[in-house]
Order: sequence, then C-alpha cells, then structure tokens
Amino acid sequence: MTLLLASFAPPYWLSTLIKVLVVSAVVPTTALILGMVFLFKIMSWMQSRLGPQEAGPRGTLQLLADGVKFLQKEDIAPNGADRWVFKVAPLVVLMSTLLLYVALPASMHLVVADLDVGVFFVLAISSLSVIGVLMAGWASASKYSLMGALRAAGQLIAYELPMVLAVIGVVIQAGTMSLNGIVLAQNDGSIFGWGGIGFPYILTQFVGFFIFIAAVQAELTQPPFDMPVAESEIVSGYQVEYTGFRFLIFFLAEFATAFAFAAIAAVLFLGGWAVPWLPTSSDWYYVLGPIVLFAKVMVVAFIIFWVRFTYPRFREDQLQSLAWKVLIPLALVNIVVTAVLKVVL
Amino acid sequence: MLALLVAQNIAFYIIAALMVVGAIRVVTTKNVMHAALWLVLVLSGAAAQYILLAAEFVAITQVLVYLGAIIVLFLFGIMLTRAKTGNDDDLDNKKSAKFIGAGIGVLLLGLMSYSLIDGFKDTEFGNLMVQRTAEVSDSIFSTYLLPFEVLSVLLLAALIGAIVIARRD
Repeated sequence: MTLLLASFAPPYWLSTLIKVLVVSAVVPTTALILGMVFLFKIMSWMQSRLGPQEAGPRGTLQLLADGVKFLQKEDIAPNGADRWVFKVAPLVVLMSTLLLYVALPASMHLVVADLDVGVFFVLAISSLSVIGVLMAGWASASKYSLMGALRAAGQLIAYELPMVLAVIGVVIQAGTMSLNGIVLAQNDGSIFGWGGIGFPYILTQFVGFFIFIAAVQAELTQPPFDMPVAESEIVSGYQVEYTGFRFLIFFLAEFATAFAFAAIAAVLFLGGWAVPWLPTSSDWYYVLGPIVLFAKVMVVAFIIFWVRFTYPRFREDQLQSLAWKVLIPLALVNIVVTAVLKVVL
Repeated sequence: MLALLVAQNIAFYIIAALMVVGAIRVVTTKNVMHAALWLVLVLSGAAAQYILLAAEFVAITQVLVYLGAIIVLFLFGIMLTRAKTGNDDDLDNKKSAKFIGAGIGVLLLGLMSYSLIDGFKDTEFGNLMVQRTAEVSDSIFSTYLLPFEVLSVLLLAALIGAIVIARRD
C-alpha cells in the first residue's frame, strides 16, 4: 500500500487536476470537522449544555443539515449595494483560504507545492483575506458592515506583524523557510544529544508559539478579538447583509482558515507530520503523515477554541495596544535572543 | 518538461490578457473603489507572472507588500474618506492631463521595450530553475549590502517623517 503510493508519479496535467480536487475536498471537510467538534460539541461541553442532539447520531450531522439549509436560501443583495463587488467578496476570502492549503505539507511528498519559502508564502497569502472583508463591508452599503470592515482591516494589519515576527524565531532556529525543512529539522534534531522526542521548537520558541496563537486568534476575528463581527455592537459587522450560500462561504472560510493556521502552528512548533520514533524518510508517512498532522492540529485547535469560548471581548484600544505595545516588542526580543543563541551555541 | 513549458505559455497569455483588461479598467472606471479593486487584479497578475518566471521570492514579496499592505491601505483610506457606493463624475482628469499621461505612457513603453530587447538580445530561456531564496538573501547580504542598508535607513526616515507629520502636538 505504502509502496504503491510512493511509486505513483502521474503526468503534469493529471497531478495538477488531482491536487485541485484534493484541496477543494479537504477545505470544506476540515471546516466541517472543526465546526462540528469545537463549535458544537466542545463549546456546549464547556458551557454545561448538551448542544445539538437531533440530526444524526448524537447530533453529529447538524452542521451538514445547516449547510444544506443555507444552500436552499435566497441569494439576496441589499438595495443600493454594489452588486458585483458584493457577490465576489466572499469568494476572495475563500480563495485566500484555498491558497493557504497549497503549501501545507501532510508528509514529505503529500503537499501541493513544496515551496522553498513555504512559511513566507503562508504569511503573505493569509493577508489577502482582508481585501475580501473590505470589499464585503463596503459593497453592502450598510453602516454596520462598513464599521465592521474598518475594524477588521485595522485589526488584521496590526496582528499581521506579530505573527510574522513570531515565526522568524522558528525560521532562524531551523535555518530554512521551507515547511518540510522545518519539520525535518525538528524531528531529526536532538536535545543535548538525546533524540528521544526529536526537538520540537515549542520547547525553545514557547514565546513565539504564544504570540503566534494570539495573532491567529485575531486574524480569525474570533473572541476575544471579535470586534469586526461583534454581534452586540455592530450586529455582525461585514457579514450582516449576507444570506444563503454566500454567508456559508464566509463561515467555511473562517473555519478552514482556523484549521490551516492550526496546521501551520503544528508544523512550526510541534514537529508537523512526523513522529520522532519513526525516521522521516520512512514510506509509512504516506499514510501516517496526514493522521499525525491531524492529531496535532486538533490539539492546537483545541487551544484556539478554548480561548474563544472562555474570554470576553477586548475593547478596540486594548486590542491595538496589546499588539503594538506587548506582542511586537516581545516578538522582537524573542528574535534577538534566538539569533544570539543561534550564533553562540 | 515539455508539458510544463506549454502550460507556462498558456498561463502567461491568460494572465497577461487579464492584466491588460484590469489595467484599462483601473483608469476608465468612474468608481474609485472599483479602480482600487481592478488594481488588485493587475498586481496579483504580476505576482503570478513572477511565479511563471520561477522567481518565488519576488512573487511572494509582491503579494505581501502590494496586495497585503498597499492595496489594503488604499481601500482603508478610500472607505474612511468617501464611503458611498456609486459613481463619481469628477474622478477623471482634465483633457490636457490625459494627453500628458498618454505621452508618458508611450515613452515608458518605448524605454522599457528598448532596455528589455537590448538587455537580453536573443537569449533563449530553456528550463527555468527555481531561484532559491537562500541565493537571493546571500547576494543581498554580501554584494548588495550597502544599497540594502541605505534603503533601510531611507525607509526608516520615511517612517519617522510620516509619524512627525501625523502627530498633532
């Protein structure tokens, strides 16, 4: 089985087609899994309630039912909206999510494009969703939407920076920007000569991990950073005028992006698709890699959603001062310390 | 490898056509927000062309700087100052300005085609090797160290200048 996968080398057009199909199947699936497990089950568990129970065994098909419901609804654009921009905006957001999955390695060869600058690519692409959000907020011709979009833009610009800076520590330590290279560096590494658990960078880059997770939370506009969609202040921000499948696309993109960011955190800090007990060159990773990565992603996603369900919303000025006065200086110190130690040790 | 080259050529023409349409719409549209959004198409097309030229690092920098930062600031600024949807009739320049603009455009086209044709003559590019980012950074931090540092200081000066202008006290 594994050897069969290893020897599979399709021609260019076929492999491109397969990659496109796999990404477009994986993205909604991951969004469904995260929504189901965390938004419905873990959230209700944390809030001491049962959560959905009716659709499917123990309510596990609820999100699928909701999705079908959204697809049946009328596609409404408000009066005075810029129809063309209004309709394209969710697709721009979804496209940035799809592009994130291009660089994610699920094992040495199970990756759409093994880029030399994978980390850089991922960070650059994640900044594209803001354009879609701004388009949505402006084209809706609604005050709440516009305010939500402005808040989102300010927030995403402010937290883009700590996220990039947090990753630099890992890049310095690994000596490469390739995501696969970072996985290999962690799993083939050793701590003072002891290679029992490899060398996951969370041990040395825990500051970077903390900043990265905080920035991811803000990039996803999730509580405690959910001012752009704050229901109690501006109804739902830039999403307020969207109905039916366009709203579904926003939802899908948010959760698929959460999965992608959790996967990036798992690759950067937890050793990605490999386990230290099996050499990274093993053919078993064709099957094991995705499973290991998925397990680590669920751990990171649990942290992300745990924070989401626990903390109340920040104020707008608290959000900005947290980014500029705490996270960015902290990340810069982390970079300096990592660079010095890299040279000295 | 041949299949890849064919694919590259087809992709080039599709992207180039999209970029031309986008660029024309940037200057002809009556809606300032639409102009900014058409510019997104042009700039992302440029990034895609860099990828076709196997210059990954340049392409990704293009996305990060132009699309992720500059365009977002454009949109942000437009939305803060004039948020209404719909067309503006005073968006176009005067007729004289249009002619000057067209003249400069033709001049630039001539200059760039001359320098491209003169620079590459009839060099043929076979299979482009992906330019490794490590090589880019090596050359920045050895051969081009001085220009790089000068640019950094220049950007820092611009940053401080912007803050000084924006401060009220």
